[in-house]
Amino acid sequence: MDVRLSSEQKALRDAAAQLVERLGPGSVAALGDAERHDKLEAAVAGAGWRELREADDDGNPYASAVEVALVAEELSRGLADVPFLGPVLASELRRRAGVEAPATLETVALTADLSALAAGVDVPVGTLALDAAGAATALLLIGDGGVPVLGRTMVTPLADQHVDLTRTTGAVAATAAGVGGAQLSADDMTRWAAFGTAIASAELLGIMRGALDTTVAYAKTRKQYGTAIGSFQAVQHLLADVHVLIEGARSLVQHAAWAADALEPAEALTAASLAKAYTARAARTACETAIQVHGGIGNTWECLAHVYLRRAFLSIDVLGGARTHLRNVLSGFGVV
Amino acid sequence: MDYRDSAEEADFRQRLRAWLVDHNPHLGHSSISDAYWEGQPAWHQALYDAGFFGTSWPVEVGGQGLSTVYDVIVDEELAAAGAPPRPSLGYLVLGLLEHGSPELQQRFLPGIVSGRERWCQGFSEPDAGSDLANLRTKAVRDGDEYVIDGQKIWTSYSDLADWCLVLARTDPEVRPHKGISAFVVAMDQPGIEQRPLKMINGITREFGEVFFDGARVPAENMVGAPGDGWALAMTVVSHEREPAELGFASRYSKTVKELVAMVRQDVAGHTEHLDELGWAIVESEMLRLHVSRRLSERLDGIVHGPYGSADKLLMTWTEQTVGHAALAVGGTGHGDSDDTWLRLYLYSRAQSVMGGTSQIQRNLVAQRILGLPA
Repeated sequence: MDVRLSSEQKALRDAAAQLVERLGPGSVAALGDAERHDKLEAAVAGAGWRELREADDDGNPYASAVEVALVAEELSRGLADVPFLGPVLASELRRRAGVEAPATLETVALTADLSALAAGVDVPVGTLALDAAGAATALLLIGDGGVPVLGRTMVTPLADQHVDLTRTTGAVAATAAGVGGAQLSADDMTRWAAFGTAIASAELLGIMRGALDTTVAYAKTRKQYGTAIGSFQAVQHLLADVHVLIEGARSLVQHAAWAADALEPAEALTAASLAKAYTARAARTACETAIQVHGGIGNTWECLAHVYLRRAFLSIDVLGGARTHLRNVLSGFGVV
Repeated sequence: MDYRDSAEEADFRQRLRAWLVDHNPHLGHSSISDAYWEGQPAWHQALYDAGFFGTSWPVEVGGQGLSTVYDVIVDEELAAAGAPPRPSLGYLVLGLLEHGSPELQQRFLPGIVSGRERWCQGFSEPDAGSDLANLRTKAVRDGDEYVIDGQKIWTSYSDLADWCLVLARTDPEVRPHKGISAFVVAMDQPGIEQRPLKMINGITREFGEVFFDGARVPAENMVGAPGDGWALAMTVVSHEREPAELGFASRYSKTVKELVAMVRQDVAGHTEHLDELGWAIVESEMLRLHVSRRLSERLDGIVHGPYGSADKLLMTWTEQTVGHAALAVGGTGHGDSDDTWLRLYLYSRAQSVMGGTSQIQRNLVAQRILGLPA
């Protein structure tokens, strides 16, 4: 047993961190800065991080889920307002089904509550495409019963973003077509769910870190009674708890990402559910604490605190939140 | 990154698993049973003699010089077998390794590690809990000896101990932190009296008060130099907070395993308790994996310092979540002669106090890790 990151993994993490430090939206106003956004999009596309799970010459992914989780964490920490999770989930499906990547950006279509991959030749009303900005197509399942078959539908990004201000969801066409009859086994789908759940958990870990960093910086500068509010124990204890949640979350997320490739499908899913249950609960606490410590300003649109919270809600809901995964954990431990 | 055992680790795990089949003493929960503490010394020695305790410590003091991650295997296998946890005294060993002279280490460490000499820790006093530097127990030089007068409290397992690591004030003239020295004091002498403290869960064998009235200790039993006591205390209490050092992850996993078995026998009767059981599983698995991460990081020579405070809060939240699940699944036991789960829950309330309160740990996390102003 040796669960340290390799030097290559640390370098990848640092590269992603430096990129969002430079080009991420450092303020709510910067979310509307098209020039900054386009530079970030070009940089993320150019880095090849969305292709980490494409098949190499042997059909294996270029990188393990641990690498993908590190990038997801850092992009979320920096509120990167460009697609990542959707395209990565799509490439994971394509590789498992043995399907080539299309020329344009592809994402996944999820059920209206985002808890599962959408299914049906006649796509159910309310189906949503994740990370739809710049995406032309989304993958889903078609075929009734039996072995799932990979399908593809067209994506139209939604104009109004109500929840996550950093990621665009999309509407999808009413029908889907098969992708060369490519089949996915039950194990493939379990592994895909474990992978996606682990990566969404890594996003939540990053969101917690970003929310805490922003709030600690504010608590060091905001003064009341002539002193920084971060000197008050009541404030310190709120922020300390978030740090501790981040440490606990990291231990589960890192293991879930490793397990997605290394363990048997059912075990990988349990590992992912442990991470998702923990991070879904902890991320909400972390973001609510960020709003609280920012005081009145934290309740204004211009404060980044709610941007973290809103981003967290998407990552929480993708492939199911705390309650869903708590049930998975109970199932994984043979209780129900 | 690999959570799996290496070939050597897998062999160690298999040997431990096989050994436990015949050597599990099936003691009650460590946290709720006086009988446990009567059987613990024999368990410690058996675990050590079989080669499964103190594996990462230096060979010269009775360890095996193995990688720190072997302790993860020990925790996992003890929990799986429902065996008692490994002895929680790594913080004393690490304190003496860092601050004791080679002579002192040679004299005392093999006995601690093997369990043949029993130790307790005389730090806290009635007026020096969180504010440890306020301690008043004094040690006055008398020829080749020091004479100790004062009182300690919350002294764990003092009734079984052969030795006590005592913090005492040797210089009342300097600032509080500077005037403290540390001694290894023999417990079996006329100047020492102990009284057990009965805790809220009914146990009487874990915590005690120790009164020093002219107790004597050879000057050579001072750890480090006069005034070095505070530095030793900080090393000891920082490791005393670390679940990686304490081995408590196995306690929580063992309890969760028992609760899972209870619920499986009657899922319909436990519908209302599934959420609390679920969170207990999540937290106990988190702590197990957290210890794996921390012990792996130690392979880089990382000393976690203030991160021990964060880890202690994680451990506390885990124990108290498991405590709530135990109460939910097992019930408080009204009118029942078996109040195991109530007692286990009540013990969990101490975890946010012992080894430094959660309030103090939060101060340390905020100031030493987050860099918030004091």
